[in-house]
Amino acid sequence: MSEASENFIEIRGLSFSRGNRAIFDNIDLTIPRGKVVGIMGPSGTGKTTLLRLIGRQLRADAGSIYVDGQNLDDLSREELFKARRKMGMLFQSGALFTDLSVFENVAFPIRIHTKLPEAMIRDIVFMKLEAVGLRGAWSLMPAELSGGMNRRVALARAIALDPAMVMYDEPFVGQDPIAMGVLVKLIRMLNESLGITSVVVSHDLHETASISDYLYLIADAGIIGQGAPDDLMNSTEPRVKQFMNGLSDGPVPFHYPAEDYRSALLGQEN
Amino acid sequence: MTGLSERLAQLGRFGLEHVQSIGRSGVFLFLAIFSRAGFSNRFSLLTHQLYSIGVLSLLIVIMSGLFIGMVLALQGYNILIRYGSEGAVGQMVALSLLREMGPVVTGLLFAGRAGSALTAEIGLMKTTEQLSSLEMIGVDPLKRIIAPRFWAGVIAMPLLAAIFSLVGILGAAMVGIDWLGIYEGSFWSSMQSSVRLVNDIGNGMIKSLVFGFVVTWISVYQGYDAVPTSEGVSRATTRTVVYSSMAILGLDFILTAVMFGDL
Repeated sequence: MSEASENFIEIRGLSFSRGNRAIFDNIDLTIPRGKVVGIMGPSGTGKTTLLRLIGRQLRADAGSIYVDGQNLDDLSREELFKARRKMGMLFQSGALFTDLSVFENVAFPIRIHTKLPEAMIRDIVFMKLEAVGLRGAWSLMPAELSGGMNRRVALARAIALDPAMVMYDEPFVGQDPIAMGVLVKLIRMLNESLGITSVVVSHDLHETASISDYLYLIADAGIIGQGAPDDLMNSTEPRVKQFMNGLSDGPVPFHYPAEDYRSALLGQEN
Repeated sequence: MTGLSERLAQLGRFGLEHVQSIGRSGVFLFLAIFSRAGFSNRFSLLTHQLYSIGVLSLLIVIMSGLFIGMVLALQGYNILIRYGSEGAVGQMVALSLLREMGPVVTGLLFAGRAGSALTAEIGLMKTTEQLSSLEMIGVDPLKRIIAPRFWAGVIAMPLLAAIFSLVGILGAAMVGIDWLGIYEGSFWSSMQSSVRLVNDIGNGMIKSLVFGFVVTWISVYQGYDAVPTSEGVSRATTRTVVYSSMAILGLDFILTAVMFGDL
């Protein structure tokens, strides 16, 4: 088996910056086919940006990203949209189409990309909604759902066409403990039964660690740690240790860079 | 000296940003309208937009047309009666409506009613990541969201302008003939003898088509290019109305100069 088919995503030498701030500086990252890979790190380190780079919604400053053996930078606009059909993405906000009902939202990708008869579309939509526990909500509009339910419908939509890979952007935020437990199981189950490659971006440590085969820790514009969840938990690298144990004191600063606290409060008179 | 060079640099940046933005909007429009749609339901997407952009603008267009026609008849009558030529009210009203008021006022109303709604809708779709999620589903938002809205605007605007002029003439007839007592025969015959199909009606239609093109272009581009925050969308909506109004009035002068100015 060639290397290209073993790894679904291969990122080499990726650099990306916004204004003067480097988000990523020459990082390498590999997502093996059929595995669940967690990408974790403190807020604002560019985890969502990484997903957008993989989906080629943003263009990297340098480096290459291969998805399923294809460099998305080489594709025409038309081909790029075709390539994205292999990827499902769950957005942080859900991003449901507000003018369509729950049913129509999930049916949307099926209607666009296939010519299936209506009865079959109906069955698929109900199966996907059943999987996220919202079959009963099929007739509601997105505005009538809570934030957590919105995201579960969005997940049903993301897996409607059984993509080869699903990217989850903070799937656990705003879920109650029951829904969270179901989601964790669902992501694992989708991965095992359908062989879907999954990329989970999250800072919910335990949930992500419990379903991931491999973890990447991102901070300071680079990858500070990677490995199986257990290896990272036992890591002695100070930054990894601080994040995995949720310590406020350590090399990763809790505060956004700022001027001296004392002089900010007291002014510059002394 | 540094102050001056800083200002010059600022001016340069401002100029560059605007030229870039014009370039981006050109590429944006090109991609939206010259690419193959690739959906089976593009006709229903278009009719849906024609309804929300065109049909829902009908009320404001008809009301405005009616009142403007009635006011034109009143004003025209008061002036023309001094020369005993109140029969020419029909001619005056029809020519002002068909050549100028119809396209221009409808264009301004269209920018305020439909253009701002388009910008806000597309801007909010961007803010709530709906455009991004379309992209990730493998659907080009330029084809799915922008193209039907753009074509609907281009089609709806000349029709709305025609309805505006028609209702305006009927309003003028109501005031002139039924209220002010202008002789019906001279009202209609003065109109019939002076309005020319190509020069007046045709040129008016061309104007409204151009305004429809420009206003819808500005509206969809401003929405698509909006900064994805509440403030960004509100600014984009304001810009749509301001830029569209300026474009309509400026283009109207140029078009009038070309059509009627013997250039």
